Amino acid sequence: MKRFIIITIEILLCFLLQTTIFQWIALANVVPNLLLILTVSNGFLRGRKSGLTVGFFCGLLVDLCFGNLIGLYAFMYMAIGYANGFANIVFDKDDQIIPMILVGISDFFYFFLYYVFNFLLRGKLNIFFYFTRIGLPEIVYTLLASIFLLKLFYIINKHMEKAEQEEV
Amino acid sequence: MRRRTKLNLNPKHVFIAVAILCFALMFLSYQFGDELSPIKTVVGDVISPMQKGINTVGHGLFNQFEKIASFNKLLDENTRLKEELNVLSYENKILLQDKYELDRFRDLYKLDKKYADYPKVAARVIAADPNNGFSTFQIDKGSDDGITVDMNVIAGNGLVGIVESVGKNYATIRSVIDDSSSVYGMFLKTSDTCVVRGDLEKLEKGVIGVEMIKKEADIQDGYEVVTSNISDKYLQGILIGYISNITVDSNNLSKTADLTPAVDFEHLEEVLIITEVKEKLE
Repeated sequence: MKRFIIITIEILLCFLLQTTIFQWIALANVVPNLLLILTVSNGFLRGRKSGLTVGFFCGLLVDLCFGNLIGLYAFMYMAIGYANGFANIVFDKDDQIIPMILVGISDFFYFFLYYVFNFLLRGKLNIFFYFTRIGLPEIVYTLLASIFLLKLFYIINKHMEKAEQEEV
Repeated sequence: MRRRTKLNLNPKHVFIAVAILCFALMFLSYQFGDELSPIKTVVGDVISPMQKGINTVGHGLFNQFEKIASFNKLLDENTRLKEELNVLSYENKILLQDKYELDRFRDLYKLDKKYADYPKVAARVIAADPNNGFSTFQIDKGSDDGITVDMNVIAGNGLVGIVESVGKNYATIRSVIDDSSSVYGMFLKTSDTCVVRGDLEKLEKGVIGVEMIKKEADIQDGYEVVTSNISDKYLQGILIGYISNITVDSNNLSKTADLTPAVDFEHLEEVLIITEVKEKLE
């Protein structure tokens, strides 16, 4: 229950930050994808199921507020969360570098899916332009933001796990 | 206990289930977009106050930050804008001048209709005699434009003067208020003739002199004086001005009066030259 509340707050905060404050400090008109960092972090730290759940709700929030097709972003985020869950099995959770690499890769896939659904389906084939215009800056910026956020999520997760162990 | 059963679910199955849910949602929202919009509105209603709050707080902080960060930029912009302002105010001045000019041209146009019988050419005053005010001046039209000596010049409401000398692209005009100028005039109402003579002393009061009015002439203040038919250089019927201050000369044969010119010689910038010369008696 405690975890549920904390994750809800995390999702809301990331969403709000991404849609408000980070819009003003956008570099090259691109905002770091905080929700993606949160999803990756949860998938990496807690496994496939947690990753896909958090991803689903992150995406759903985006869908409901900005999308015109409910479920599209939910699916994208969910798939990313689920995929990152595999890293939970393979890698050590205390690693600081692996999740950043994962964020980078995930953001690339996110961009790819975003391009496919938003541009390719409308017949815009120039992926290179969209990658340099949207994809690359977003990946760089998201990676920068992830340095701090991943650490923060890691600490929060550690505290929660400790509390849960004491509870049990 | 509940938690344990939940943990036993295979993530793969959950993934598939949620994926199906997503596609179902997509299909539903595509098919029934309008019916689903209330749900979106509800979420928006919940989220937007938070966004607004963050925006107000964050904007305040961010603005402070931005203020400091953009200080130099603002200074640069300030100098740039000042330069721009200079340029624009200069342009504005030019436009205002054009506007005044337009007003004057319109006045001239009206005048043009009043003296429609005579063919006219408009000209601009380009130089004034520096010694005695505005009594002789130059215009920017000359023999190339068909100006010849003794052509009459009018402006505003009446007579300005006469072309005294002509250059290739300029002409000198002696105005009626010049000390050496004299014009045969007549009263429009009574047809009594007179001589309008420029007088520098009287000009101090803004008037010029009218002489050699017959003693019997029944004239009053405010009568119009126009160029006379007996003048050999001036065309007939051009308004010169209005008389005032009529006195009988000491010889008891004639009257003298002051004449207020119909033209504002102080602010003369455009004139019309009547390109018709009065035919001289041979």
